[in-house]
Amino acid sequence: MDISRFEKLSDSAWRVAPFGDMRVPAIIYAGEALVTEMDDKVFDQIVNVAKLPGIARAAYAMPDAHWGYGFPIGGVAAFDPKEGGVVSAGGVGFDVSCGVRTHLTGLTRAQILSAQDDLADALFDHVPAGVGSQGEILLDDQEMTAMLSGGAAWAVERGWGRKADLTRIEEGGRALDADPAAVSDFARKRQRREMGTLGSGNHYLEVQEVAEVFDPLAAAGFGLKRGECVVTIHCGSRGLGHQIGAEFLREMAVAAPNHGIRLPDRELACAPINSELGQRYLGAMRAAINCALANREIIGHLTRQVFARFFRHAELPLMFDVSHNTCKAEMHEANGEARELYVHRKGATRAYGPGHASLPEPLRPFGQPVLIGGSMGTGSYVLAGMAESEARAFSSACHGAGRRMSRHAATRAWGGRQVVDELRARGIVVKSPSMRGVAEEAPGAYKDVRAVVDSAEAAGLARKVACLTPLVCVKG
Amino acid sequence: MTPSEPAAAPPARWEHFEHRADMGVRGFGPTPARAFEQAALALAATIADLATIEPRDAVDIVRQAPSLDLLLVDWLNALIYEMAERRMIFGAFEVEIDGERLRGRALGEPVSRARHAPAVEPKGATFTELAVVEDRPGQWRAQCIVDV
Repeated sequence: MDISRFEKLSDSAWRVAPFGDMRVPAIIYAGEALVTEMDDKVFDQIVNVAKLPGIARAAYAMPDAHWGYGFPIGGVAAFDPKEGGVVSAGGVGFDVSCGVRTHLTGLTRAQILSAQDDLADALFDHVPAGVGSQGEILLDDQEMTAMLSGGAAWAVERGWGRKADLTRIEEGGRALDADPAAVSDFARKRQRREMGTLGSGNHYLEVQEVAEVFDPLAAAGFGLKRGECVVTIHCGSRGLGHQIGAEFLREMAVAAPNHGIRLPDRELACAPINSELGQRYLGAMRAAINCALANREIIGHLTRQVFARFFRHAELPLMFDVSHNTCKAEMHEANGEARELYVHRKGATRAYGPGHASLPEPLRPFGQPVLIGGSMGTGSYVLAGMAESEARAFSSACHGAGRRMSRHAATRAWGGRQVVDELRARGIVVKSPSMRGVAEEAPGAYKDVRAVVDSAEAAGLARKVACLTPLVCVKG
Repeated sequence: MTPSEPAAAPPARWEHFEHRADMGVRGFGPTPARAFEQAALALAATIADLATIEPRDAVDIVRQAPSLDLLLVDWLNALIYEMAERRMIFGAFEVEIDGERLRGRALGEPVSRARHAPAVEPKGATFTELAVVEDRPGQWRAQCIVDV
């Protein structure tokens, strides 16, 4: 992307002044090298987002932004219902509430290595992953409805998780105001056998070592100790979320002219927050958030079952669970006053700073944990939200490394077996039902996650706490 | 990953096209219906090698949409839904389009990890790069990006 198209605000913040139909500026937070590397489509998409009705302050792109659908992936935008603001199915995406959770194990690297292959096999056998996999849990319509309104709390009530987990999940593990009645029969059917499944693509379950600590106080507060291991799970709302995304995207695209909305890109399909369609989507989308929270809680439970076979005393307490494809009603400052805004984070993580009332007490002094997935080879990061992030981008930060190469290009560059063998030589055991899937997710297909998190820190979005490197990776 | 009929100017063929995070599916044919069939083959090929898929069972699909491009999104999303819900993988397609109405048939079999080694699970067809156009007389192109 041509950096000269931006006004430089700092080394890690770049602004596009409003032009044409833009209602607010567009701002990208990233170092110059990352901005230059971004696709031109990111510029087009963030400018288009700035044209949507009721947008507050600015349309933002995070350091890992890349070409998405309507919104860039790594996009953040907030809309004010009192100003005709909209909710956008495209701004949330297909995998509603896709997110990451990290469990502490208290086990050392040496302990994991003593059982590394058997543990990898057991996790791969016990946690359904990949296309066509299905869980042991079959939901009838009544239980589906209970799950869609109960989220992770529903899973805990059914014995798939622990009550203590709930305080470590956004919104206490349950999105309020979910409307299961707004979820179609198609979406319900698509989900009935998919609870507790990982999915495919870039979803994963990893056993990771805390390889480096940048902020010892926050790391201690989060329970992260160098040399100890954690389990990180990345997945979302599975078929139910995909179906809701597809259905509402179409309905909102067709209905936009009836709401007087001229879409700069059909993929930005949206409806006024204060409309029947907008409210129905919010109800369905919140139900999908609950599905994702329940799904990750169940996978956490399955993971605990496997660990108990190898390490009798490993409790695997949940450190934190955070979503990165959502729209949430939050209080933020806009036009000089506190307003309830509908914040869309598409491939972006909420990142509340220290002291935020929504954080559980043990985490509150340090800021919200922000969990950044890297690739199988380069590792992942734990960040903490910064106070400045509120003014920067409604308390938001990046969510991952972002691809630098298409799936097609990755399969031309690497073979799946080659990737598995190379990672094994580096001490990382990869399990996957698909070698082509592994090739598509090869470490080299992703951007340098360090550059992304360094940019996030420099921009005042979130600060680095620890770096995690994989020992076992179960890919979907 | 390779076009099904690589000969020069074939009447119907499919291909994938590049998207940084996901996959573009594109079908060519002498009519919109043939192009839709080819786009469906491109979709199936994102999941597995088409040569491994036996056309043992048929699933009928009917959709209606006010425009051809929305009809393509509906067709591909219907296939994604049926594959997910039935735990099937499709490898052959028949499409008829009459005005706003599509009648289609997808042929395939239950997905097998061992034989199909499915690589990705499509989440949905998007409006990104969506087009159903007649590039020249008798050469239709039907395409969009599929979120995987």
